[in-house]
Amino acid sequence: MPVLESNGIKTWQWRNQKQILLEYAFWLVLLLVMLACARFIAERTTWSFVLDAPRQGGEMLSRGVPPRWDYMSQLWRPLWDTLTIATLGTALSFVISVPVAFLAARNTTPNLLVRYIALFIIVGTRSVNSLIWALILVIILGPGVLAGTLAIALRSVGFMGKLIYEGIEEINEEPVEAIRSTGASGAQVLSYAIWPQVITNILGVTVYRWDINLRESTVVGLVGAGGIGLQLDASINTLRWNQVSLILIVIFISVFISEWISAKARQALT
Amino acid sequence: MTQATTLSSRKWSPPPLIKNPWVRWGLVVGGIIYLIFAISTLNFDPARVARGIERSGRLLLAFLQPDFTTRGNLIFTGMMESVTMAAISTVAGFIVAVPVGFGASRNLVPMPIYLFCRGLIALSRTFQEVIIAILFVVMFGFGPFAGVLTLTFGSLGFFSKLLAEDIEEIDPMQVEAIRSTGASWLQMVSYAVLPQVLPRMIGLTLYRFDINIREAAILGIVGAGGIGSTLNTSLRRYDYDTASAIILVIIALVMVVELTSGWIRKRVQ
Repeated sequence: MPVLESNGIKTWQWRNQKQILLEYAFWLVLLLVMLACARFIAERTTWSFVLDAPRQGGEMLSRGVPPRWDYMSQLWRPLWDTLTIATLGTALSFVISVPVAFLAARNTTPNLLVRYIALFIIVGTRSVNSLIWALILVIILGPGVLAGTLAIALRSVGFMGKLIYEGIEEINEEPVEAIRSTGASGAQVLSYAIWPQVITNILGVTVYRWDINLRESTVVGLVGAGGIGLQLDASINTLRWNQVSLILIVIFISVFISEWISAKARQALT
Repeated sequence: MTQATTLSSRKWSPPPLIKNPWVRWGLVVGGIIYLIFAISTLNFDPARVARGIERSGRLLLAFLQPDFTTRGNLIFTGMMESVTMAAISTVAGFIVAVPVGFGASRNLVPMPIYLFCRGLIALSRTFQEVIIAILFVVMFGFGPFAGVLTLTFGSLGFFSKLLAEDIEEIDPMQVEAIRSTGASWLQMVSYAVLPQVLPRMIGLTLYRFDINIREAAILGIVGAGGIGSTLNTSLRRYDYDTASAIILVIIALVMVVELTSGWIRKRVQ
């Protein structure tokens, strides 16, 4: 810690003056950038609408309460579709991402070129939001659950692949050497030394992603890719706020349940 | 020799993940039944897919020759808007998350405040940003303002949940030490709690900026500003060349931000 000396009195300080100045400069720059950003946004905002927001919000709320409970009878099917999108999407992503992860992990990849291709798949699919995947897939496959399922699956590959390959790289190498020293083939090493070490991690990641995917699958319907998002979009477009509020409640409950299941399953795995 | 034969007749197999065979096979059978049932409700329409293949050919072709110039201006301003929205809402989200995070820590505040703040966090974390964005667009009108509010609300839940978890796990000795000097609640928080939890939050801010960039790129689909609206329009108008350019720009931006934020986080820690 630096010492500041003035008038012969020594004072202990946490940082020296150069560091303090740098820190102030950093905050000043950040503040200026934020002010510039705020101005940019303000220029692009219609302020009369913003001023009207409390009235609009109040109206939304007063029309949304009480929710239209009997609309629930039309929501079971979309809810099932949402669950299907999330579950099948996760299953498909599992099938793709496990091999990709083994090819991407430094200790299991056959060669460097394959590793970079696998890493590219992981980074590429992660960068594209599931809603963009859904937009593209709806164009190709037409609106519906299938497009949503594939969108969720593609988006999840990068996420699951990344977590799984990091897990594979962290395994204990001693069992691998032990099995290899018995003259085992590559497939035998994989199934007896590596797989038992990573399977709990892989399942944990899958359950975790399933929970995220249920959340994501509630919105792919907004671009036509099936699930409860379709109903939400239709209700908002026709300003049926009592249906919107019911749908939001349904989403809230199902996300809550999925989070509970995922937490329980992951607890059981470890 | 007799021993060897008995040993070899008992073939070793690795222990199963789930011990109870009933539960294990029950899960497998249940899973298969569910899969068959779920796949049967997929509404797979081969005729529609066949028509889609022609379109996907055009889409693929467009991706091989993206058109950055025709609507270059729109793409540029859209991207600027997305980045600006992400930046300002990360900072704003952090600022509002600090009090909410304190409010959601069981060891610092009375029960009613705790429940209110936890409810706020649950709301923000349950709903996808896009859903929140739709509601904000209805209230605040089209444009980036609704987007900023959406991302701020999303960041609020993210930051305050992690902050609250950190605060609940702090070292209580330091709190007691400061409290024993007769410090007020505010002094206790700023000298005993904040120094313990803030360093990790700085790294998380960069991580959240990452997430916000991704989200800001799509909020435009529902009218909340940013590049998403340009993307949506170009797809609707079958202007696939521009759409592919926009998607490539989004991917590039996300990658650049992820790499730089990862690099900075590594250096800070």
